[in-house]
Amino acid sequence: MRTLETVLAEHPFFQGLEKRHLEVITGCASNATFDEGQFIFREGEEANHFYLIRQGRVALEVHAGGVGTITIQTLDAGDILGWSWLVPPYRWHFDARAVEPTRAIVLDGECLRRKCEDDHDLGYELLKRFAEIITQRLQATRLQLLDVYATRG
Amino acid sequence: MVPRPFRVQQIRHETHDTFTLELEPAKGSEVFLFKAGQFNMLYVFGVGEIPISISSDPTNPRVLMHTTREVGVVTKAMGKLRRGDVIGVRGPYGSPWPVEQADGSDVVIVAGGIGLAPLRSALYQMLAHRQRYEKIVLLYGTRTPNDILYRRELQRWRAQFDLEVHITVDRAMSGWRGNVGVVTSLIPRAPFDARNAVALVCGPEIMMRFTVLELQRRGVPPSNIYISMERNMKCGVGVCGHCQFGPCFVCRDGPVFRYDTVQHLFERREI
Amino acid sequence: MSQSGAVSENPYALPATDLQKLFDSLTQRGYQIIAPTVLDDAIVYEPVESVNELPAGVTDEQRAAVYRIKRRSDKAMFRWAVGPRSWKHYLYPPHQRLWEARRNGGSGFDVVAEPEEPPVYAFVGVRPCDLAAIAIQDRVFLSEQYRDENYGRRREKALLIAVNCSHPAGNCFCASTGTGPHAQTGYDLALTEVLDSKQHYFVIELGTERGAEVLEGVPVQPASPEQCEAAQRVLENAARQITKRMDTTDLKELMYRHLDSPHWDDVAKRCLTCSNCTMVCPTCFCHTVEDVTNLQGTVAERWRKWDSCFHIDFSYIHGSPVRVSESSRYRQWITHKLASWQDQFGVLGCVGCGRCITWCPVGIDITDEVNALRRSEESKAALTSPKEESHANP
Repeated sequence: MRTLETVLAEHPFFQGLEKRHLEVITGCASNATFDEGQFIFREGEEANHFYLIRQGRVALEVHAGGVGTITIQTLDAGDILGWSWLVPPYRWHFDARAVEPTRAIVLDGECLRRKCEDDHDLGYELLKRFAEIITQRLQATRLQLLDVYATRG
Repeated sequence: MVPRPFRVQQIRHETHDTFTLELEPAKGSEVFLFKAGQFNMLYVFGVGEIPISISSDPTNPRVLMHTTREVGVVTKAMGKLRRGDVIGVRGPYGSPWPVEQADGSDVVIVAGGIGLAPLRSALYQMLAHRQRYEKIVLLYGTRTPNDILYRRELQRWRAQFDLEVHITVDRAMSGWRGNVGVVTSLIPRAPFDARNAVALVCGPEIMMRFTVLELQRRGVPPSNIYISMERNMKCGVGVCGHCQFGPCFVCRDGPVFRYDTVQHLFERREI
Repeated sequence: MSQSGAVSENPYALPATDLQKLFDSLTQRGYQIIAPTVLDDAIVYEPVESVNELPAGVTDEQRAAVYRIKRRSDKAMFRWAVGPRSWKHYLYPPHQRLWEARRNGGSGFDVVAEPEEPPVYAFVGVRPCDLAAIAIQDRVFLSEQYRDENYGRRREKALLIAVNCSHPAGNCFCASTGTGPHAQTGYDLALTEVLDSKQHYFVIELGTERGAEVLEGVPVQPASPEQCEAAQRVLENAARQITKRMDTTDLKELMYRHLDSPHWDDVAKRCLTCSNCTMVCPTCFCHTVEDVTNLQGTVAERWRKWDSCFHIDFSYIHGSPVRVSESSRYRQWITHKLASWQDQFGVLGCVGCGRCITWCPVGIDITDEVNALRRSEESKAALTSPKEESHANP
């Protein structure tokens, strides 16, 4: 059995993190499983966690009135889910739903926020990693907005 | 330079706005050899002529297929053709995908929308000689799940162990269980060895721009990336001037270009 | 290649009064003569039968956006510079049928390549710049990769009778492109018109066997050394009159260095994208095709029509053109002409005839635009060098 710490240490997201920081993070981590169709979090709820998906697929959805429920993006094994825990007011903006049976490591955001305030080095390391993910997602969203396959003319 | 008559053997509606024409030589024409990535000029009697890439198997030239989208006057007229109707064919024209040069490498195919059509020819050819290649990965992005081309074939390919197929759509309703996100988001974790991979890319120009960036970020050298360009074409043989892309005539020197040879043009506006 | 070289060996002389005999010889041999004539206040190339139709005693004045014909005090037939038309009108007509398709009963059709045999032309009065332009279009339409039959059938039978330039206009810069004012190659016959107070005659250089053939029965005499010298003086005089220059050193690289130049926006403020320059250019070859049918829909034809990279829909794909801005379209034209043409066909796409300058309604001058790019590099260099000095001498 691989320990949580090994799993986290081997994950690209935590690559290069100092051992002491990794230990702190492991202290805030636990395992979770979600059934197909189960909501991991819902729009408007307090955002106190983020997730490292180990297996399965998660859809970020938004209910758009008469149009129905639209999937904004899907996340797969290896992806990081959720950054609303990092920025006030700490509320989820979308629904996250497992579209397949999903296993994930849950990281306690409240706990990490406190640790980051205490240790800005840790805070910086985490923010740096989230900034990269947020940038990638923003770029992907921009490309999505371009609607490149649409018929013109 | 005059079109040869070919008979519509079958017209298959792929999605709400795309269809595949299967053609066979009519009296006065013969089966011809073609390479994956090449195109033909297709002529609808009295309406006009347009370039459309070949989407069938080069190792079986008896079956000639073109998949296109109903967008202009000619493609709309084509969409109304029926089995037995005759259309004009000139070609094949243009440069092929480097299917032979990819021997011994991983091959990553990145297709966007209707861009899958010319890449299907390459896939057929590679699958016909599967042992020559290491991993073959198809990353395919469309606008919505309803825009996915060649559904049945993709399903069949997905079930194969020697081909990785990843499909993603830009937008979907919650019933869709597949990927949602742009096709470039499939690149970082697709299973191929970037240092020993040949990438074949076809789709809207802007999609290709972002794809090439992502492939390079992953470590694929620009000299191993191939793109298929699209330009206005009237002649197909490099004399009408319409398809110029810097010094290149896309119809003759392309449509398939090795990325590093056109990078300086590709990154410029309105070339 | 020197363009002011001496008149070639063993030339002939023909009195101007006997030029009609050369025309008669051409007609008898089945040629349709196309020669300069005055039409709508311009000197253009048209089918003619008689030397009386030549622009004797007529010349022109050309500046940027200006073209005017004027009376001369003498009866010189070829003392003018090229007008709005070029020989491509005949070798590569502005509107040409390529093939015809006919319904054959059911749903099928048969396609027949253009059956009409083009005329066998004799071009009289081809300027050296235009000879060079024809040679350039030969590379476009009769390349190793592709042979255009519609061009080839006209071109191969055409007889080219050049008349060396004795009157360069204000926009001529053939000396810079190495294409004039003295024809070096590519002609069947090359004439030099000599006219002084006493005599009016042509010195004729032979280019090919076909050229020699049409002289049979024409009362030519071997040219005297004095006549050759006189012809030589005409050419030297013409060369001196060419004042416009375009520095072609490193021209391709210069153009490629300036693909993103802000200068194109400056040109775009003046350019109307009217496409006049491409229509009058003797080398521009871009065309589109048109499909037409009869009313019953039983016969369809494919026509090709001159097109221009200045037209907004020239680069149209999927609902929008690639080159939307005026600046990108001007850049395309001039970069093609002076740079990418060299990559495509191994020669410059410009022969220095000056037509694009004369017929541009706002007088955009290709040589000025090249000079502007060169100046922008010089001023950049001037801006950076003092800085380097200041580093060297703190």
